[in-house]
Amino acid sequence: MSKPLLSLENIYVDFERDGVISQVLENVSLSVHKGEFLSIIGHSGCGKSTLLNVVAGLVPVTLGAALLDNKEIKGPGPERAVVFQNHSLLPWMTVYENVRLAVAKLYGARENLKQLHDRTLHNLELVKMTHAKDKRPGEISGGMKQRVGIARALAMEPKVLLLDEPFGALDALTRAHLQDTVMELHERIRSTVLMITHDVDEAVLLADRVVMMTNGPKARIGEIVDVKTPRPRDRKQVLQDAQFIDCRRSIVGFLEAHDHAHPAPAEPA
Amino acid sequence: MPFEVHKMTAPQSDTPADPVADHNQILLAAAQAKQIAASRRRKLADKAGNYLMPLLTVSALLLMWEALGTAFPGGLPSPSMVLMDAQELIFNPFYDRGGVDKGLFWHVLTSLSRVGIGFGLAAVCGVLLGAFLGTVDWARKGTDPIIQVLRTVPPLAWLPISLAALREAQPSALFVIFITSIWPIVINTMVGVRNIPQDYVNVAKVLRLTPGEYFFKIMLPAATPHIFTGLRIGVGMSWLAIVASEMLLGGVGIGFFIWDQYNSSRMSDIIVALVWVGLVGFVLDRLVALVGQYVSRGTTAD
Repeated sequence: MSKPLLSLENIYVDFERDGVISQVLENVSLSVHKGEFLSIIGHSGCGKSTLLNVVAGLVPVTLGAALLDNKEIKGPGPERAVVFQNHSLLPWMTVYENVRLAVAKLYGARENLKQLHDRTLHNLELVKMTHAKDKRPGEISGGMKQRVGIARALAMEPKVLLLDEPFGALDALTRAHLQDTVMELHERIRSTVLMITHDVDEAVLLADRVVMMTNGPKARIGEIVDVKTPRPRDRKQVLQDAQFIDCRRSIVGFLEAHDHAHPAPAEPA
Repeated sequence: MPFEVHKMTAPQSDTPADPVADHNQILLAAAQAKQIAASRRRKLADKAGNYLMPLLTVSALLLMWEALGTAFPGGLPSPSMVLMDAQELIFNPFYDRGGVDKGLFWHVLTSLSRVGIGFGLAAVCGVLLGAFLGTVDWARKGTDPIIQVLRTVPPLAWLPISLAALREAQPSALFVIFITSIWPIVINTMVGVRNIPQDYVNVAKVLRLTPGEYFFKIMLPAATPHIFTGLRIGVGMSWLAIVASEMLLGGVGIGFFIWDQYNSSRMSDIIVALVWVGLVGFVLDRLVALVGQYVSRGTTAD
């Protein structure tokens, strides 16, 4: 197989507080190839967000290395755009201006105003938000905010798109719509995506591979399952797909086995 | 229409009407009409209260003052006396006979122009200094004790120093305004900058914004509500400072006018001037608040 686009090699992340070290990640290694969609799933507090922040460059590693295109990740940058859980749109800017900020920063030096304008509108169109381009984030719904957040991240044309529980705060219906949008976009632009989630169905539906993390502290990668269900996937049809059901079952099994709060009853032999 | 009174469709004309349903319909309509009327009354009373109550208290105060003035003649002039003594001052604020013999409008205008310059300088310097101190931790730690002490120094205490240093009345007055109003601006800007949500900082980091871009696109707008709180306090303090410092400096200005009238024992003129000072201060405060509301629209959304 070709060289991975993103590779995490023996990563340890420790946080220090009042002279006490708490180990969050222990020896995490992971390779992601171009065009792959990875879901990372685990119980809350297991360090999956920390893992994403390592890739984003927002959290430094204690030991080990994270490489993107064979270059060590040393800080945040637009080639690893993040869609934050709470959308993080700037409330004093309109939807258009929020995306334009990213566009202007990345292409302002090379393109003229017309091209920048077109590029901004194009990215808003990808997430079907052109109709609300002159609204402020305070005037649109949570799902729409998250769409704009995705548009802003896509506008950076990142090598890896990082989604940090992007649909966590949304209701089930909106969430399903956005999942479909993300699947469509992935199909169209073949982006490489790393997505954190705590929703098993979401993880399996969207991903090529699902990475399961053990509980923290000292979280490791427990298992990785391949989701071979063919694309494009339909949320109703996959429910009958044997592969999909298998993946789903093994993930639920893994999560239950690692649930400290509610230990699973011993399975009959 | 807030209420739909006729919810059910009327029965066909040829079919006989159900008397029970009809009766209910009438009762319902009456109850709804009552509800609407009650809500209208509440709104009217609320509106009347907004205008009537202040009017009532003001006239009660004036009446009390009038009664006291007549009961103890020779003391503070009563409202009717003020009205008689200071007729020209009240009804013609625009006269100008040269020197310091001008209408109150010109005195207030001169004072306002001083406030404009002093407060304007304080706003620019205060926001810049506050942004700097909010960003650079060691600078904040180093200057915090100095700021905390200096901000409690009353305006008039600065006057001798500034007169000694600047030697002239006009710049001294400006300096006193500047130094009085800058502290709340610095402190509030600093707090605003220190409280910028981590989310916005992360966005800036991912986009690799330069310090200049960060200042204009993230820091200033995010701190705008705090900055305007500081500006509002600052403009109020600068108005306090100008009146006080003009009393000592002389020349044209509302502060000196009050002092001048005191020296010639014209109490009524002073009372008229006080009303002007209060009203102008109120307008200044509202003005800054309005600008703040306009500029920071959106920033408080989640």
